Amino acid sequence: MLSLIIFIPILAALAIFVGAPARKTAFGAAVAQFVLTLFAFLSYDKTIGKYQFTSVTPIVADWKLNYAVGADGLSLVMLLLTGIVTLAAVWVTPKIEKRENLFYGCLLFISAGAAGAFASTDLFFFYSFHELALIPTFLLIGLWGTGERYTAAWKITIYLGIGSIILLIGLVDLYFAVPEGFRTFSLIDLQSLAANGHIPAAAQSRPYLFLLIGFGVLVSLFPFHSWAPPAYASAPTPVTMLHAGVLKKFGLYGLIRVALPLLPEGAKAWASLLLILLVGNIIYIGLVTIAQKKLDLLLGYSSVMHMGYIFLGIAALNLVGVSGAALLMFAHGLSIAALFAMAGFLREKNPLLLLESFGGVAKSAPWLGFAFGLAAFASIGLPGFANFASELSVFFGAFKPGAGLVASNFQLATVFALWGVVISAVYMLRAFRAIFLGPPAADAVEWADPVKSLRWPIILLLAFLLIAGFAPGAFFAYLQPSIQALLPK
Amino acid sequence: MDSRFPWFILLAPLVSAILIQLFTRKSRGVSATISVLSVSFTLIASLFVFFGHDGTSEIPWLDFRPAFYVPIGVTIDELSKLMLLVVTGIGTLVHIYSLVYMKEDESEARFFGNLSLFMFSMLGIVLANNFAMMFIFWELVGVSSYLLIGHWFTRDTAAAAANKAFIANRIGDFGFMLGILMVWTATGTVVFSEMQASLPTLSLTAGFLTLSALLIFCGAIGKSAQFPLHVWLPDAMEGPTPVSALIHAATMVAAGVYMLARVSFLIQLSATALTVIASIGMITAVLAALIATQQDDIKRILAYSTLSQLGYMICAIGLAAPGAAMFHLFTHAFFKALLFLGAGAIIHAMHHEQDIWKMGGLSKKMKWTSLTFAAGYLALIGFPGLSGFFSKDVILLAAWQQSPLIFILALFTALLTAFYMTRLFVVVFLGNTRSPAADHAHDGPLTMTAPLIILAVLSVIAGWSIVAPHALGETFSQAIETIEKSGGRIPVMILATGAFLIGAGASFVLYKGRSQEPVPFAPFRDKLYFDEIYAALIAGTQDLLATLARFIDQWLIDGVLVRGSSGLAWATGFVLRFLQFGNLQGYAFLFGLGVVATIYLLVFR
Repeated sequence: MLSLIIFIPILAALAIFVGAPARKTAFGAAVAQFVLTLFAFLSYDKTIGKYQFTSVTPIVADWKLNYAVGADGLSLVMLLLTGIVTLAAVWVTPKIEKRENLFYGCLLFISAGAAGAFASTDLFFFYSFHELALIPTFLLIGLWGTGERYTAAWKITIYLGIGSIILLIGLVDLYFAVPEGFRTFSLIDLQSLAANGHIPAAAQSRPYLFLLIGFGVLVSLFPFHSWAPPAYASAPTPVTMLHAGVLKKFGLYGLIRVALPLLPEGAKAWASLLLILLVGNIIYIGLVTIAQKKLDLLLGYSSVMHMGYIFLGIAALNLVGVSGAALLMFAHGLSIAALFAMAGFLREKNPLLLLESFGGVAKSAPWLGFAFGLAAFASIGLPGFANFASELSVFFGAFKPGAGLVASNFQLATVFALWGVVISAVYMLRAFRAIFLGPPAADAVEWADPVKSLRWPIILLLAFLLIAGFAPGAFFAYLQPSIQALLPK
Repeated sequence: MDSRFPWFILLAPLVSAILIQLFTRKSRGVSATISVLSVSFTLIASLFVFFGHDGTSEIPWLDFRPAFYVPIGVTIDELSKLMLLVVTGIGTLVHIYSLVYMKEDESEARFFGNLSLFMFSMLGIVLANNFAMMFIFWELVGVSSYLLIGHWFTRDTAAAAANKAFIANRIGDFGFMLGILMVWTATGTVVFSEMQASLPTLSLTAGFLTLSALLIFCGAIGKSAQFPLHVWLPDAMEGPTPVSALIHAATMVAAGVYMLARVSFLIQLSATALTVIASIGMITAVLAALIATQQDDIKRILAYSTLSQLGYMICAIGLAAPGAAMFHLFTHAFFKALLFLGAGAIIHAMHHEQDIWKMGGLSKKMKWTSLTFAAGYLALIGFPGLSGFFSKDVILLAAWQQSPLIFILALFTALLTAFYMTRLFVVVFLGNTRSPAADHAHDGPLTMTAPLIILAVLSVIAGWSIVAPHALGETFSQAIETIEKSGGRIPVMILATGAFLIGAGASFVLYKGRSQEPVPFAPFRDKLYFDEIYAALIAGTQDLLATLARFIDQWLIDGVLVRGSSGLAWATGFVLRFLQFGNLQGYAFLFGLGVVATIYLLVFR
């Protein structure tokens, strides 16, 4: 089942390369992938917990290298996110003028790579699937981007390339931190090794730092963030949706899946550093976001800012905080995808997206105003949306952090994080007002609501945000046992 | 009483809001009907609940027990029963009134949908059995207020006012959430009853208790628009007048007082916190009353009056007299809603004219409106025998018994209240009409006047002993009785009546027959320059920091560190040699290199 979720998009992409109708095939694959992720999500047996749908295919037996997939509650939430956002991204893709087949093929590879990373239980494939998703991302920005796409593509390539290399060094370091004879790529085996104390505490600090920085670069942890806003601003809308919504979560997922269970002592040792950096994400980037004058950059920076909250939950090293962070990954993925999708609608008639050039759009496009308002309020953590329930858990988790951490540092960071909630209200409401409220701009274009068929992907994203917002317990029931198993005892 | 009734009360407006938003947005009549039916239902159900038993029921919402647990739960006790009556009662009247007031509005459906959303949020605050749930609905109330202030969103002033209200509230909620977190770390729970039970068993330091109480108070500063976050409420008058009556006079802005009454067991553990709360309340009461004396917009006068009266209530909380605060909340809800709806009737009749100097002589033109308005006016200024007289009296008494300074300020505020309200009444209703619109003004239809008459009756009798003690419940009534018996009753009554007579008399003499402001005083007219000071502060701090951060980000982190640092420059050159955009081989090569390097490092090292 999990392999289907990974390989359906790959097969569809290959079919498109050899001549299958691009949009139809891609759409079909996205629907199939979404349905399968939903099916896997619903058929997972929560009473048993642990990894299910597992399958192992030996690749190189001597090196204990296997293609191994399996999903616990955490993977399933991330896979569901992948399924939802992929479908929405393919759905909102406008007419592609040049090399349509390459475009859709690359898009599907991103989705496949992300799904593969979330479903892999083997370290080698976990890493490689992410690389598989990155390369088409660079291509898509370089070839189909807008504005300063070359600079943006160049920057994201360098940054994420270096981030990946640092991550690789960290993973190798981790591999060798395990005593000889026990070494393996299997995440499941590594997890039980770590639980039994086979990864010495003294050897955990260095690999954790590499992983933190490596994953951190991929997630735009301050001060390694400057690739993200320009890339999101220049990338084609569906690419931004997939990267900001799904692929960027790989780094956070990696911290929870790999770094926390295998290197808990490292996580404790570097907690203060992480706190300083994540406050940078929330306060400093928050202020930078306020000063933005274009919607696409504003959304890009806001996405960087919100990573700070997820890092805060992860840093807390307790069930409440990390579970909150995991649900926030889901929530942020959906809300930022919805926001960028609608920014894409606006871009069609107002390519520069300068905030001051808009005004009163909700007057002639009430549906868009309503939907954008919902997504904007979701992103600033309004109750009723998944973002609130997860941020609340992050705050409570961080205020009483896990054992071995300095509570007062975490409480101070939480104070900053709470002020960030004010900051995000400032920039989001400013942007919403500038675009949708007030008198219509003098020389403005004629606005109209998106056609019915383009509303459905937005509704899909918002619906899941509301479901998880009203009944976060339904999602935490998946996340809690998985996270509990990953946390240091 | 069926124990499911409170849940029905909570859910009915939510269902109404969803139905309107999803299905009937195009149909104004149907939307209005759904909304009015749902609010009437909540009123009837609330009456059943009021005469029923107390109780609590809850369902889990966030369940990380034992670490962290947030239920969605409803509590029925004397406090929530009282508030249910106020919210659903005034809510129903305002909904009915709005049927006429919003008839011409093309977005009537959206209006009623948002009104239902507000009812849902407000009832959630009232019923909440725990802090986290209260915070949830607290935020939702903020959003529905945002939506309703910005109802006429194509007006720039309305959009600005909506933003201002939301952000001021969020600033308050920053402290509020921190306070909740602090109490939670100490008690391990967010449920009020468990908190109340465990607090006495803990030996917490005075500093901890003071800080957490004051942080929680921040929430009330935002929501109940107390100094220094009071600036959003006058601007919120950009919303339709029924909204001002329901949300920005009677219910939502009183939520801060309600919340403090709900956690008075916590607040009262710190004497310092109580002093600060009483002082903030009194500062707000005096400042707002001073500003109100020079405003010309009828709704703004009433808005500053609301601020001032909320200051009284908050002050009563600070005097450790939540019973007195809730009593004043109860009476104020009726007469202030009445005054706003009366003002709405005038504005409606005068084609959206809000300047009191353009009115005049309306008592002859709008009989029912002026009669009912007079009842609300007299109740507000504490005319002996009317509801405001009784409730204000208890607060003055509590102040008399505890702090001479606060008593003097409270008395001064009472004098000012009589002064600015008499000014409003004389200028609007007496003398000659001063504009063509005023010449043609007339009473609205029955759907508009009936709510006015009902509220006028309530404004008169709400303080009487046949009403108030039953509504307030045993605990609060007894607390009020204790205050009344603790001395000073006669001198306070004499002084209060004296203040009322001086304020009203001076104003009557000064404003009778005038057609323009006889004693203009710029500082009060310009709202003591709070808006200007805040604008400068925001520009000097937040906006400056934001611009600075943006500059640093663009030139330092991105420009110098990333592009300039030698290591990265080398890496850039190295990678770029292999990469040309659009060149698939470059990427494939890089990827291959990565894989090879991995395998090499892992296997052959």
